[in-house]
Amino acid sequence: MEKLIFKVYRGDSGKGELKEYQIEVDEGMVVLDAIHKLQATQAPDLACRWNCKAGRCGSCSAEINGFPKLMCMTRIDELPKGNPITVEPMKAFPIIKDLVTDVSWNYEVNKTIPPFTPKPPEPDGTWRMQQKDIDRVQEFRKCIECFLCQDVCHVLRNHNKHSQFIGPRFLIRVASLEMHPLDTVDRRELLKDQFGIGFCNITKCCTEVCPERITITDNAIIPLKERVVDRYYDPLAWLIRQLKRVFKPSAK
Amino acid sequence: MKEKVSDRVGSAFGGETYEQDVIVIGAGGAGLRAAIEARLQGLSVGLICKSLLGKAHTVMAEGGAAAALAYVDNRDSWKVHFRDTLRGGKFLNNYKMALLHAQEAPDRIKELEAWGALFDRTEDGRILQRNFGGHRFPRLAHVGDRTGLEIIRTLQDKAVHLGIDVYMECTITKLLKDGDKISGALGYWRTTGESVLFKAKAIVLATGGFGKAYRVTSNSWEYTGDGHALAYHAGADLIDMEFVQFHPTGMVWPLSVKGILVTEGVRGDGGILKNSKGERFMFRYIPDLYKAETSDTEEEANRWLAGDKSARRPPELLTRDVVAKAIVKEVKEGRGSPHSGVFLDIASRRSAEDIKRKLPGMYQQFKELAGIDITKEPMEVAPTCHYAMGGVRVDAETAAATVPGLFAAGECAGGMHGANRLGGNSLSDLLVFGRRAGLGAAEYAKKLSSQPTVDMGEVQQAQQQMSEPFERSRGETAYKIISDLQEMMETYVGIVREEKELSLAVEKIQQLKKRAQNVCATGDKAYNPGWNYALDLTSLLTVSEAIILAAKERKESRGALTRIDYPNTEEDWGKVNVVIRKKGTEMTVAKEPLSEMPEELKALLQETI
Repeated sequence: MEKLIFKVYRGDSGKGELKEYQIEVDEGMVVLDAIHKLQATQAPDLACRWNCKAGRCGSCSAEINGFPKLMCMTRIDELPKGNPITVEPMKAFPIIKDLVTDVSWNYEVNKTIPPFTPKPPEPDGTWRMQQKDIDRVQEFRKCIECFLCQDVCHVLRNHNKHSQFIGPRFLIRVASLEMHPLDTVDRRELLKDQFGIGFCNITKCCTEVCPERITITDNAIIPLKERVVDRYYDPLAWLIRQLKRVFKPSAK
Repeated sequence: MKEKVSDRVGSAFGGETYEQDVIVIGAGGAGLRAAIEARLQGLSVGLICKSLLGKAHTVMAEGGAAAALAYVDNRDSWKVHFRDTLRGGKFLNNYKMALLHAQEAPDRIKELEAWGALFDRTEDGRILQRNFGGHRFPRLAHVGDRTGLEIIRTLQDKAVHLGIDVYMECTITKLLKDGDKISGALGYWRTTGESVLFKAKAIVLATGGFGKAYRVTSNSWEYTGDGHALAYHAGADLIDMEFVQFHPTGMVWPLSVKGILVTEGVRGDGGILKNSKGERFMFRYIPDLYKAETSDTEEEANRWLAGDKSARRPPELLTRDVVAKAIVKEVKEGRGSPHSGVFLDIASRRSAEDIKRKLPGMYQQFKELAGIDITKEPMEVAPTCHYAMGGVRVDAETAAATVPGLFAAGECAGGMHGANRLGGNSLSDLLVFGRRAGLGAAEYAKKLSSQPTVDMGEVQQAQQQMSEPFERSRGETAYKIISDLQEMMETYVGIVREEKELSLAVEKIQQLKKRAQNVCATGDKAYNPGWNYALDLTSLLTVSEAIILAAKERKESRGALTRIDYPNTEEDWGKVNVVIRKKGTEMTVAKEPLSEMPEELKALLQETI
């Protein structure tokens, strides 16, 4: 057991500061354990969200030594030795108190995404799908909504484009619907306009911080961008659509 | 729709007030499914989450949802599922619930697919099903080892687009009644600490379990038995509280991860248990009930793994109560692993590629938290408190509790699983009975001629109680009392129990209750876990007392209840539930008969398949 110095953000939306604590650390402890110990012994009113403590619910997102991480999956012995360990709330969202931020914006964004709308089932009322056709979407559906990708995204974090850009988490969600073998809705116009996919300039920061290792940029955002480009900006595709319209006047 | 009616309530209550037809407390699988169903009936529905939406305990469910779809083995049917569930529950289940569950689970799974869920697939493009403990055939629809996440996200996205009002980070501390009928609920917002009043015609409890009564548990901070305690204090019956499931495989090392769940899917996909001598010890623990359908040699068990349908199932897939007790015995007799567990080995049974594909969560969990590569080394595991079989006594068809207007579904309801739940039956349970509770609550609410009246005196008193921890200048923090409670429960009311220790526990719980009267909180009410835990403590103490009294009452061993002073399973005890009920301020215990099962269903139970 050794004593380490932690600097933990204490405060609310008005003001706050990093407060220093000494915490005794056991072998294998994660940052969330240290926070729990702090609550039990020194700071009973320290606010932090957590649930599963196993990297499955995405509640305990924070910035540890400046990096967006899940506190429950960050082992203390893997952090650089000698320096104090800083634990701060996510920066892309307003602070409620201490390590807790107001992430309600994300829930509002989710409501604006048109829901799953399947094609008609087969006569027995079910659908057949091959595993290889759903692998990609299953990757997206691993998302635990920790919002670390939203936190690190400079469009949200630095430029505050929350009203024009839905962020990596919800581009993943749109991708999981757009690439779902059964879904029938076309969300490309929304992606281009309301969802602001053009704001993403593929810096891949989101992919780097994803605790579920979803290849957000390469597997979801870039293919979505391509779909939007094909639909709205490809002159050849535009020409073909026009010709189709001429030769099949009844078709839309 | 969400209607803030604070202005209409007058000055008696200072906080916000909302009025809805149906309020669902708890937003895991059962709560979400109930809310969806009640909303589909055209009613206004409020869904209250203790955490953020989508973070409830259902996300922790890993292995799968049991449903006799018979896509992988066409010998399966609802009849076999019903039989397996009753055998797993040691015949103490509410047979009507087990029947509805077995019959309706396949439709509930198919419905999820229609709502966008993507389960793993068979070669011919159907839903793939995996083996699990106590299930005769491969039966669990799953997505790798993150099935719960798939289910909660699917339900969440369905609910969001139906116009259900979601109240996040809100804890309910009291159910309100108008005479004998439910009239609403009082709680507080976690973010501000301000109280909030919900007026409702019907309330569905879907608050999950109470694993936080124990130190080593796979459950999160939310699992403090709120629904059990709310129902009890509102006058509802609790049954089967003596049956607490200890999942055989929780992590044991490092200490900080002790109790975190290792999915039964590891064994379902071929994983085996070994002791420190390298023995595959489960062959020595096959109960008579399962002898006919369990491999008794490694050779046969290996043939089963290779896909031979004539081979019987390996003993690692016996029910959880059996496997947990076997592990405890191995450790006690000196054949445990270095950190007092046993070894769970999948590395020698499946290729690294298969393991990473089917058990990605386990692979990451061990790699990151314990520095173990499960494709190369065995895991160290030991039992961890996981699930409450006991809960609110409900009507099988409507999920109605014994208090008019109160309904319960999922883990906080009792009866479905009897003395021991089969893995995979909880995700299907919450879908089947979540839907039925939503329907039951909606039908009840529709029949009510007028909105019940909330007694503002009762509200004020409850509000006052909430603030009390701040009014004490000296006292203990909730952290300390909860920690002592957990240790007491583990020591005296753990996996193996006896009269002497249970009697001690009765005394200890009274002492803890006394200490809890002096629990104090510092700081202010806004997002203050110290204060929140102080309120959760009330529920934890209520459920712990119920567990102790029920365990003391049942003088036999059955399923998850092991009494070393009464080691046998007694026929007479198989005919009764232990019922916990509040009379005045006293917790009372009674024995009440199970309902008699029709002969044709009894016959199913005897079938050897």
